[in-house]
Amino acid sequence: MKRREFIEKTAASTALLSLGLSLSSFGTDDIKHLTILHTNDVHSHIDPFPADDPRNPNKGGVSRRAALIETIRRENPNVLLLDAGDIFQGTPYFNYYGGELEFKLMSMMKYDASTIGNHDFDNGLDGLYAQMPHATFEFINSNYDFKNTVMNGLVKPYKIFNKNGIKVGVFGVGIELQGLVDKQLYKETVYNDPVEIAQDMTRLLKQEEKCDLVICLSHLGYKYKDEPSKISDLKFAELTQDIDLIIGGHTHTFLDKPTIVKNKTGKEVLVNQVGCYGINLGRIDFYFDKDKAHSNQARSIIV
Amino acid sequence: MVKLKKYNRFLKLFVIFLTLTTIFSCSPKNYNLTKIEGKQIPVAENSAQTPEIEKFIKPYRDHINKDLDSVLAYCPETLDKSTGKWQTSIGNLLADVCLERGNKVFKTRENKSIDICFLNHGGIRAILPKGNVTTRSAFEIMPFENNMVVLALKEEQILEITSYIIREKKPHPLSGMTFTIAKDNTAKNILIKGKPLDVNKTYYVATNDYLANGGDNMSFFAKNIQKYDLNYKLRNVLIDYFKEVDTIPVTKDIRITEE
Repeated sequence: MKRREFIEKTAASTALLSLGLSLSSFGTDDIKHLTILHTNDVHSHIDPFPADDPRNPNKGGVSRRAALIETIRRENPNVLLLDAGDIFQGTPYFNYYGGELEFKLMSMMKYDASTIGNHDFDNGLDGLYAQMPHATFEFINSNYDFKNTVMNGLVKPYKIFNKNGIKVGVFGVGIELQGLVDKQLYKETVYNDPVEIAQDMTRLLKQEEKCDLVICLSHLGYKYKDEPSKISDLKFAELTQDIDLIIGGHTHTFLDKPTIVKNKTGKEVLVNQVGCYGINLGRIDFYFDKDKAHSNQARSIIV
Repeated sequence: MVKLKKYNRFLKLFVIFLTLTTIFSCSPKNYNLTKIEGKQIPVAENSAQTPEIEKFIKPYRDHINKDLDSVLAYCPETLDKSTGKWQTSIGNLLADVCLERGNKVFKTRENKSIDICFLNHGGIRAILPKGNVTTRSAFEIMPFENNMVVLALKEEQILEITSYIIREKKPHPLSGMTFTIAKDNTAKNILIKGKPLDVNKTYYVATNDYLANGGDNMSFFAKNIQKYDLNYKLRNVLIDYFKEVDTIPVTKDIRITEE
């Protein structure tokens, strides 16, 4: 009898203790803050533009970008740093070192991932392959099939990042290479339809892997005014579902603020791009809540 | 004792209740996205530097600067693309150099000669100032990664090139061909390497890949019989040429005249 009483009481106190613990986990820890930082089309712009540059005097520069990123990391360590491609080509740094310095600096800044832009093929697949040892970050692209090339296995179709309990699924889409990049450079790389690939990716990341956030790194281009049938980020956003954020590149588009697009199911998706040459750093902050009461609450987007 | 038993039963139920709640609250549940904030941060003059990054870049920068600023040749007077209605000194130089150096590659590979070099005025991105000529000069004039290509064209496309020049009214770099613009705005006295245009002949025209693919509305290049990529960047053509000569020639000969 006494023994039974003891067990019951112990069980109760254990339960109380665990209730206490779970209560505490319902506290401050339950609002999670994730900061996405992003660049695109940096095009080997390592140094800032000179003071006498007619268009972008004194703008950009890796050393300054690194300092900004560091400041943000100190404020919120939960950062995902991403690039939307075209890391290569644009200054003699690329002509002389083939992208080595670009990759090394991005690794020093602790980039998490980048997708592949058309100019990243400028020294051919072999040129890109040669620089891979200098990158500690991931290359993510879902619609280029590199199976029959030297890049086989070096580019991931997607990657799930666990950021302080938040599951972030990242996949990537690249632009049609034929007619844009010399076949001698991209060789047997196969371009697949980005919208079809996105369906597979979002099903996997959202439905199967149950990611809290799905991000697409895109080098499709923001919008093509003169070629409305050409796939662009704005069209891509409308034709897909379960994507929360599209980080774009290619068209060197400077936006006043991220664009909000209604996707296939009527949900809002953010499309952003920050111009080019490392002149700007994009920042999107996501706040998550575990409180059940909020389950069906609409998200507020402040841009 | 009775009282305690009752209490025990209640406690048992309470334990079950707590266990269930705990299990439920611990089961994997996704987070709900409640708020998104987006902004753009300019990387500008007032941003701080990162000494570690600066130190890392320095040896790379120093090497490039040393190489870019090493003197390759001398230019006796400033060559500018804005002086000249139908031809300019820098355009003439560029087209001549491309024809000459491209020809070396084309002859070795195809055993054929380039007849004409035709480029675009807009593709010249800087002047060649009087004084020392460096690798940097070549990078400034030709920042693009354009490759030299040779296209096999017939008489009809050569005529289209002349009408394009007349219509555009720009001093596009031209070498290997001369002609006169008649009063009715058509081309006459067209000479290629000093010989009149021959309807039966195939002409080999050198240009860059951007223009060969229809850039600057040069649609006539698409009508080529054959295309040869020389895998030779225009900038490297210039650098190789600068390395070879001591003094840059100032070529002011008239290639296009008006009646």
